[in-house]
Amino acid sequence: MNKKTFAAFVGPSVAMMLLFIALPLATVFMQSFHVTIPVTDTVEIETCTPGFAGQTCVTKIETRPVFDAAGNPTTTTKFVGFGSYQKVLRLGDAAAALAKSSWHDLMLIDFWKALRFTVTFTLITLPLVLGVGLAIALAVNNATKAMKGPIIFVSLLPFIITPVIGALSIRWLFIGDGILTAGLEWYLERDLSLFAQAWTLEILMLFYRVWHVAPFAFVVFYAGLQTVNQDTIESAIIDGASRFERLRFVIIPHIMPLVVFVSLIHLMDSYRVFEEIVGFSSQAHVISLQWLTYDLLSPDDSGNRSISRASASAMLTMLGIVLILAPLLRRTWQDFTKGRI
Amino acid sequence: MSDALFKQPLRLRLASAGFLSLWCLIAAFPIVWIAVLSFKEPIDSFAQNPLNVIMGPTTLSNGKGLSLIDVVFGIATLFGAYRFATNILSPRVKAYSPQGYLAFGWIVGAATFALGFVFIFTIILPAITGFLNNILGPLGTPIIGHTLQHYYAVWVDNAFYENFINSLIVTAGVTTISLTVGTLAGYGLARAGTMLAFWILIIALVFRALPHSVLVAGYLPFFINSREILEPLFGTSAPTLYGQPWAVIAVLVAINQPFTIWMLRSFFQNIPAELDEAARVDGCTHFQAFRWVIMPVMWPGVITTGLFSFLLAYNDFLVTSLLLDAQNQTMVPAITGYFNRETTTTDQVEAVAAAVSITAPLFLLVMIFQRQIVSGLTAGAVKG
Repeated sequence: MNKKTFAAFVGPSVAMMLLFIALPLATVFMQSFHVTIPVTDTVEIETCTPGFAGQTCVTKIETRPVFDAAGNPTTTTKFVGFGSYQKVLRLGDAAAALAKSSWHDLMLIDFWKALRFTVTFTLITLPLVLGVGLAIALAVNNATKAMKGPIIFVSLLPFIITPVIGALSIRWLFIGDGILTAGLEWYLERDLSLFAQAWTLEILMLFYRVWHVAPFAFVVFYAGLQTVNQDTIESAIIDGASRFERLRFVIIPHIMPLVVFVSLIHLMDSYRVFEEIVGFSSQAHVISLQWLTYDLLSPDDSGNRSISRASASAMLTMLGIVLILAPLLRRTWQDFTKGRI
Repeated sequence: MSDALFKQPLRLRLASAGFLSLWCLIAAFPIVWIAVLSFKEPIDSFAQNPLNVIMGPTTLSNGKGLSLIDVVFGIATLFGAYRFATNILSPRVKAYSPQGYLAFGWIVGAATFALGFVFIFTIILPAITGFLNNILGPLGTPIIGHTLQHYYAVWVDNAFYENFINSLIVTAGVTTISLTVGTLAGYGLARAGTMLAFWILIIALVFRALPHSVLVAGYLPFFINSREILEPLFGTSAPTLYGQPWAVIAVLVAINQPFTIWMLRSFFQNIPAELDEAARVDGCTHFQAFRWVIMPVMWPGVITTGLFSFLLAYNDFLVTSLLLDAQNQTMVPAITGYFNRETTTTDQVEAVAAAVSITAPLFLLVMIFQRQIVSGLTAGAVKG
């Protein structure tokens, strides 16, 4: 395939990615160093009212927006360096909190709070998703043939469901006196309000995410289990390997590439955790990095969007993704130079 | 011999079956439960006793209910639809699709199935059971509360169909464009094997990992001010991109592109390169070989990738909620309007009904395309 044909085939796709991914990234990078604010000027206004002994005059200095010919407020964009980053990170407050070694103070800063949740969320769900997925795959592999189709059908439902709706469906089971909260209250004989504090909300979110992603891990692992060499297993049995040893030393090494694959996809996706916050309306207690950017982008009460701070927070979020991907990219590069792709 | 060797003790088989039943229960319960809620009067929907939620005494006393006949017929029809979708639909579609147009065959087949499903459940089934209920006496008296009032409120009073149409436009646009652009690129990348192709794939992988809010932060200022920015280029007809469905389609296609080209590339790599070489020897250009030799064997891969593009567009919340205004809102962001205002229990049940309405098409999708979804999930994994 010569260069011209290659360009014709790949061109449209690359153009779209450049225009809608690379270009926005560049503008976000630029925006994060600039702020756009309305131009204001200060005017001295003297108001006089008639009084007994002549006029009483009050002079006020007022700041007011400047309007252009069309009557729109004029804005100006200026370079602020790392100012917006500083507003997001609030390093001063963070350092003060660290100096006092006060975890509570640090968690008052939105960015650090979001980072803490995003990282713990990613790290806790990963082993759970892998474990549950593998367990379902092994169990389905054991099931009778007629049951496999319906079981896969039911398992795919949590995976396919719209994430916001999935989170909502769990929320409705627990919110207020939802059916499962009522059940728990009856069992524990005490009042529960699962949506009033951070840790119960986080448990619900973890549960939702495992429920949502485990089917994906299951389907991938199940496909891997179909290709396990039966002769190897047979010889392992003859050599006296127990069930657990067979799992540990034959099956898991065989599906190891798939475990790596699922882990990577899961790391990328759970680092972007966002829909849970919307579905559980948890923004008062728990927020994630992507939600932080979303919130800064949404218009506030006076209709302003803090584009500059959102860009700074977006760039910081991206930094995390690059850190997560770095080892993978290095390995792919090594594979490529060895000619294995 | 090997059967005896692999024989499992009863205890292990029981544990495995028990675990599976538990998983199926956990997997289906939240979805089934919100579906049950949505058919009840608010008092029943949020009753403390689960039995009241299922049986719906208040709904029943208001004269709205299902008889034993209704329930039996309903479950039988649902089961029949599942069997039809999994066993009969696929060979039929393959048999009736014209040569080389399998994807269109699937679209027609799936749409017919969905329409038929709705038609049977809303018109034929009530007619039959209504007739049977009248003549069967005790078997025909309502026993389970059941009302469609919330669906009526959501779809008719609150005009949810407008959001549905917007969702339809956005998903159809995203799926068609990303497949068209993606198949070309996937084929080019699968057959090139050059350094440049490798770098495109790696950069696409990095793009795949980007949080969508990062990108939206880049679009938003431009989209809002696009009229002024584009005026020198287009004159007074310069559009404001904010709130335009087609602008959102372009954005979602681009976001979807990295995933699409990786997946399609792995499908193309499974097609032997000898096939296009043979076509080239016979005098085809690259494009002709691609169109007339490769595409006809590629349809399964295209259908699978199309499903995932569909899901991405249909399920998206972040991009559509930030880039579309209230008039053009798709279904998923529109639902936040319901649960944010949930002041009364009626509002809450309406939100549940809206959520079930969004889930129903996905439910049918899994029914029809279960095999393709599974193959899509594993295709990415096998090739990495």
